[in-house]
Amino acid sequence: MATIITPKPASSTIVGSPINIPQKKYKMITENVNVYYGNFLAVKNISIKFPEKSVTALIGPSGCGKTTFLRCLNRMHDMTKNARVEGKVMIDDIDLYDKSIDPIYHRRKVGMVFQKPNPFPTMSIYDNVIAGVRLNGVRDRRILDEIVEDSLKMAYLWDEVKDDLKKPAIELSGGQQQRLCIARALAIQPEVLLMDEPASALDPIATQKIEETITELKKDYCIIIITHNMQQAVRVSDYTGFMYLGDLIEFRETKKLFTDPKNELTAKYVQGHFG
Amino acid sequence: MLKREFGKSRGHGPLADKIFKIAATAAGAYVLAVILVMVLQLGWESGPLWQEEGIEFIWGTDWNAVEGRESYGALPYIIGTLVTSAIAMIIAVPLSIGVAMFVLTAPKRISEPMGYMVELIAAVPSVVFGLWGLLVFRMYFKDLIEQPLHDAFGDSIFLFSGNPFGLDILSAGIILAIMIIPTISAISRETMLAVPQQQKEAAYMLGSTTWEMFRLAVFPYSKAGLVGASIMGLGRAVGETMAVTMIIGNATGFAAIPNSLFDPGQTMPSIIANEFIEASPASIHVSALIAVGLVLFLIAMAINVVAHFLVTRMLKIREGAVNN
Amino acid sequence: MFKANVKNRLLVDKIMTGVVITCTLVAIIPLLWILGTLVYGGAGALSWEFFTEEPGAIGSGVPPAIGPAIQGTIIIIGLSSLIGVPIGIMSGIYLAEFGGSWFSKQIRFFTDVFMEFPSIVLGVFAFLAIVLIVGHFSIWAGAFALSLIMFPIVARATEEALKMVPYSVREAGTALGLRKWIVTLRIIIPAAKKAILTGILLAVSRISGETAPLIMTVLGSSQFFGGFDAPIDALPLRIWRFSLQPYDEARLSGWGAALVLVLIILAIHIAVRYWFMNRRKSMGMSPRLSKVGV
Repeated sequence: MATIITPKPASSTIVGSPINIPQKKYKMITENVNVYYGNFLAVKNISIKFPEKSVTALIGPSGCGKTTFLRCLNRMHDMTKNARVEGKVMIDDIDLYDKSIDPIYHRRKVGMVFQKPNPFPTMSIYDNVIAGVRLNGVRDRRILDEIVEDSLKMAYLWDEVKDDLKKPAIELSGGQQQRLCIARALAIQPEVLLMDEPASALDPIATQKIEETITELKKDYCIIIITHNMQQAVRVSDYTGFMYLGDLIEFRETKKLFTDPKNELTAKYVQGHFG
Repeated sequence: MLKREFGKSRGHGPLADKIFKIAATAAGAYVLAVILVMVLQLGWESGPLWQEEGIEFIWGTDWNAVEGRESYGALPYIIGTLVTSAIAMIIAVPLSIGVAMFVLTAPKRISEPMGYMVELIAAVPSVVFGLWGLLVFRMYFKDLIEQPLHDAFGDSIFLFSGNPFGLDILSAGIILAIMIIPTISAISRETMLAVPQQQKEAAYMLGSTTWEMFRLAVFPYSKAGLVGASIMGLGRAVGETMAVTMIIGNATGFAAIPNSLFDPGQTMPSIIANEFIEASPASIHVSALIAVGLVLFLIAMAINVVAHFLVTRMLKIREGAVNN
Repeated sequence: MFKANVKNRLLVDKIMTGVVITCTLVAIIPLLWILGTLVYGGAGALSWEFFTEEPGAIGSGVPPAIGPAIQGTIIIIGLSSLIGVPIGIMSGIYLAEFGGSWFSKQIRFFTDVFMEFPSIVLGVFAFLAIVLIVGHFSIWAGAFALSLIMFPIVARATEEALKMVPYSVREAGTALGLRKWIVTLRIIIPAAKKAILTGILLAVSRISGETAPLIMTVLGSSQFFGGFDAPIDALPLRIWRFSLQPYDEARLSGWGAALVLVLIILAIHIAVRYWFMNRRKSMGMSPRLSKVGV
């Protein structure tokens, strides 16, 4: 059992952040994000800039606040009674927490895939993929068909299901259901894709498919992925942020963070001294 | 893929959710509104009676609708309700707890169908109970039980002194008892299930028999819930109309106060059921019946509130235990 | 001495077992007796004419028919559902999706309390609220009175049904940027529709046997449907009327009508039981549902 190390007091500045990358813009920028559950401060003052068309991995031991932070990025904490979020989450130039905008409208810019696949239980594959679009008012059958095909192709699921789109979604395997959820998230044409340990409930083959999907998707999307699997972070992500007890300890290009971590805590974690 | 705009049509804006919340809250509050309006209307429409009789209506025993000599009192019907309900409770509570114990301890193959049949009793409509009680049960009961008791003890025990025709408070009480058994036994079962597993296991570990486990571990813990279950049954008995109406004998006024188990009587629901249609709107007869309804409403409401309070408190304790 | 003590305790246990079994048998015997009487006494009345014709004159030797009663029951149940089901579902949605506050706890409490109200009082209320206002007996008054019995049952059943849908489904819908009313009505309710339908059917079976609220609202009648402003018959009312008539054929019709009514109710119950069997029962059942007689 690894010893728990008390970290150096975390500052809000990012260690080794890619500040000057002229050829990439930032898709999503968080400023001083704090999350309170009641009186408990679960996420402490996190400011990150997520570049467009890239994959950023968030790693850290259980309970360090990764999921809590991720859920700020599409205002999912609105659903939770006790949670309070402070700070800014900006997509392009719009702060999602700005009081003057309609949060649900802007939430559609962010897609989310959950740890356990959660297709809508009473709907077919087709209806699931298109749910976010059709239930938002789009009726034209041709447009819907096109979106379904495009989304399933992007999620690498089209070939497996194209012959029976009316099949109930819950009859798919776990890996297929997760790719279905990815397709469903993509169908609303988000600009950022959030994934909370998307492959943790899946077998290795399905995991590999998901990782291939992510690698393809990052050509078009800014993807933020939480993972417990450090090899996965190395395989899939361009940048990695390490979190511990609600603080962001280090945020750098993935290769650099894993091969030459600047923070002692990060080093201990990536070497497997604690989980 | 081309970027498309959607989600801006009518019904998808933030206003829609506000309307949804208001509509849902209104639907939720509907029950409160109904209760309030009901009390107000019953109070208002029975006004003429309260003006005429005042609060003495509650302990008055007259029941005279003849014009010029109108006088009304609800006491006989309150007594009738209380007596029939008491008889029902005396019979039903032990039986129901016995049923609950049986269903909890018998092997599933037996307990499931038996338990289901007891629940089915609740599905039989009151009027069918009344029909059966009136045409079948009464005959057997009168000849096999009431008449012999009257012959043997009619002079010595006042309870058996009335002439038994079968249309009396005892028959009504027994039919009521049958009808409230499903309610009391179902809730008793939930209550006894809510006893934490540790208590039951502790009793078994000490080598107790099944009955002792109930006595030592279950009953002390679930007392409040069993009381609540019984009061729930009482609430049902108090409000029961058709079966009672058809078998209680339809007495009115002072004659409706029973002196023995074999006397006819009248309950608050039954007097309303019997007389409401015929009551002349020109007199305050209708107001008197509505006033009886108001009294019944308040009594039933009080009983049900107490019962629900006791039962939900018991079940909440269970949820706490499960979380531990 | 210890042995004797154990013997006593085992004896007591055996006796109590016998007592408990006796209690159950005593509880069940009336049910079997009633069902037996219904079949034995009422089967003879059943015929095509019995189901489709008007009662006709008393004392003619032919058991009076229950055509209008069956028709009336169907109409009243339909109207009552029209009023009671939407309110019940929305109320259940309120409790499940907007619950948690002190206010919602009170609403849940009073909804439960209201389910037990004496139905005769509801009939008087409907009489005052509708019959007095419009000046005549009315189907709407009866439907309204019965809807007051229906909606709490539907509300609690809907609430339990919605709570059985996993939270992750709501999360998925919200993450797609859907409004709460869309997530609730277009995703959650369809996912819960089996259980909601069960609640509605149980409410229907409950009100089909209710007599007291109909006495002073629709009055009863010997004729078929004659408009929404006229009195109408219903099975329970007709049974009551038969019981008040001293003629043998009226009694026979009473048993027949009671048999029909109980068969309908039992059919609904058993259908619901088998349909519902796919889902968790016993442990998850609320007392409310079992009170309705699932």
